[in-house]
Amino acid sequence: MSPLFTPLKPVAPALRTVLGISCFVLFFLGWGIATYGGFVKPLFLASPGDTLTAGIALFREFGFAEDIAVTVWRVFAGFAMAAALAVPLGILMGAFKPVEAFFEAFVSFARYLPASAFIPLLILWAGVGELQKILVIFIGSVFQLVIMVTVIVSGIRSDLVEAAYTLGAKRDGVVLRVLLPAASPQIFEALRLVLGWAWTYVIVAELVGASRGIGHMIIDAQRFLDTGQMIFGIFIIGVIGLITDLLFRALNARLFPWAKGR
Amino acid sequence: MSKLSIRNVEKTFPGRNSTAPTRALVPTSLEVADNDFITILGPSGCGKSTLLRIVAGLETPTAGEVLLEGKAVSGPGPDRGMVFQSYTLFPWLTVRDNVCFGLRERGLPRAEQLAIADRFLAQVGLKGFENHHPAQLSGGMQQRTALARALANDPKMLLLDEPFGALDHQTRELMQELLLGIWEADRKTVMFVTHDIDEAIFMASRVVVMSARPGRIKCDIPIELPHPRSYKVKTTPEFAAYKERLTEEIRVETIKAVTMER
Ligand SMILES: Nc1ncnc2c1ncn2[C@@H]1O[C@H](COP(=O)(O)OP(=O)(O)O)[C@@H](O)[C@H]1O
Ligand SMILES: [Mg+2]
Repeated sequence: MSPLFTPLKPVAPALRTVLGISCFVLFFLGWGIATYGGFVKPLFLASPGDTLTAGIALFREFGFAEDIAVTVWRVFAGFAMAAALAVPLGILMGAFKPVEAFFEAFVSFARYLPASAFIPLLILWAGVGELQKILVIFIGSVFQLVIMVTVIVSGIRSDLVEAAYTLGAKRDGVVLRVLLPAASPQIFEALRLVLGWAWTYVIVAELVGASRGIGHMIIDAQRFLDTGQMIFGIFIIGVIGLITDLLFRALNARLFPWAKGR
Repeated sequence: MSKLSIRNVEKTFPGRNSTAPTRALVPTSLEVADNDFITILGPSGCGKSTLLRIVAGLETPTAGEVLLEGKAVSGPGPDRGMVFQSYTLFPWLTVRDNVCFGLRERGLPRAEQLAIADRFLAQVGLKGFENHHPAQLSGGMQQRTALARALANDPKMLLLDEPFGALDHQTRELMQELLLGIWEADRKTVMFVTHDIDEAIFMASRVVVMSARPGRIKCDIPIELPHPRSYKVKTTPEFAAYKERLTEEIRVETIKAVTMER
C-alpha cells in the first residue's frame, strides 16, 4: 500500500495545497470540455469564458457590486442576530439543566421548520423589505445554533469544572471562566458552519420579492436565459463563502491558539 | 481535636437502567491529625476516590458526615485543595494564570496573585515555564502545575487522588520526592490516594489500607521512618518490612476484588 494512503496520516502542507488546487483545475477543465467541446448547448450551460464575460458585464453595467454588498449585509445581519441570541441561550442551556429541559423540546421542534417555508408568512408580517430577508436567515440559523452550542457546553469536561470548584470558584465563576472559555473554540467552529447554511437561506429569500441582491440577479438572469450570469452569480456566492470560511479559520487559530490540534 | 473527622461516612451509588446500586463505601470513620500525611492504599475500585471526593465535597455521602476543623463539609471549597489523576489544568490559561485561578476567584489584586503564583511555581521547579500553555508541558510538569495551583490557595489540607498515576516510573519517583519535600517544609495536612505500595510508604506518616468492595478501612499503619526522607529510604530494611506487611494486606484484598468481578 502506498504510504500516502495510510489511514489518518497527515499530508505535507505543499502537497495539500497542490491537491486542493488540482480539484479546481479539474473542475474547470471538465466544464471547459463540456462547453467548448460542444457536448452541452450554451443555452443550458455557458462556457467559462462566457461566464467571465457575463460577470464583467454584470459589474460594469448592472451594478453587481451593490447586489453583492446587499446580500452580504443581509447574511451578516441575520446571522449576527441569530448568534447574539443563540450563543448566550445555548450556554445557559448547556450549563443549567432546568433551562435545557424547558427549551430543548421546543428548539428541536423549531429547528425542523424549514426557513424557506416561512417566506410567505414573513412577507405578510414584515413586507418585502430588508427585515423579511434578515428574518429568514435568523429563523434558519438560530435554532440550529442553539442546539449546537448546548451540546458543546454540555460536553465540557466535568473534571475541569470540579477542579474550579475545589479552587474556590462559585457558580458564575464556573460559567464565565471555565465553561465559556472551554467552549469558545468549538462555538466558533459552530458559527462557521452555520454561517455557511445562512448563505443558502439568503438566496432563497432573495428569489422572492427582492429588488436587489445576488439571488434577485439570478432570477433576473433566468428571465433572459442568461446562463452565464446565473453561473457567475452562483460562483460568486461560493467565492464569498470560501473567503469567510478562511477568515473564520484564521481568526479561530488566532484567538484560540491553545486549542490547536485538538 | 482532629484536623479532619470522617464520621460513619457511607456511599451507595444508585443503579442506572435496572443495574443494581453500587455500595462503594460502608460506614467509614477516620480521624486525620493536623500535619499528618495520610496515604489511602487499596486495590482499584475499592472506594478510595469516593472517600476522597466526599472529603473534597464533590460527592455527597449517603450517610455520615465530614468535619474539617470541626465544621461540617457541605460542598467543595478552596480550603481543601485537590489534585486529580486526570490532567485538569485549564488549557486556555498559561501555567501562571492556572496557578492564579483560585486567587483570582477570591478577588486578590493581580500583583499579589502574580507574586504568590511565581513563588509556588519556583517551589515546584517550573521557573521559566510561566507563560507556557498546558499542552506544551509534559505530564509531570502539568501535575506539578496542578500542585502549585492547589497550594497557591493556601488550603487547610491537600487532597490528592493518584496524581502521579499516569506518569512513568522515574518521573513518578521524582514527583514523590518533590511532594514529600514540600510537605516536610510546612507540614500541610495531606490525604493522598494511591494503589502503589512504595508510594504509600515513602511519603506517609500513616498508611490507611482499604478493603475491596464495599470499601472500608482495613488497617491503619503509622510509618515511623525518619524525616527528611530521601529516595534511599526505599532500600532500608525498615522500608522493606513495611512493604512486606502491606503487600500481604493488599494481596488479600486484590484477590477478593478480582474474584468478586467474576
Ligand atoms: N459516579 C458513580 N456512579 C456509580 N458508581 C460509581 C461512581 N463512582 C464510583 N463508582 C463505583 O464505586 C466503586 C468505588 O469507586 P472508586 O471510589 O472510584 O474506587 P477507587 O478510586 O478505589 O478505584 C467502584 O465500584 C465504582 O465503579
Ligand atoms: Mg480512583
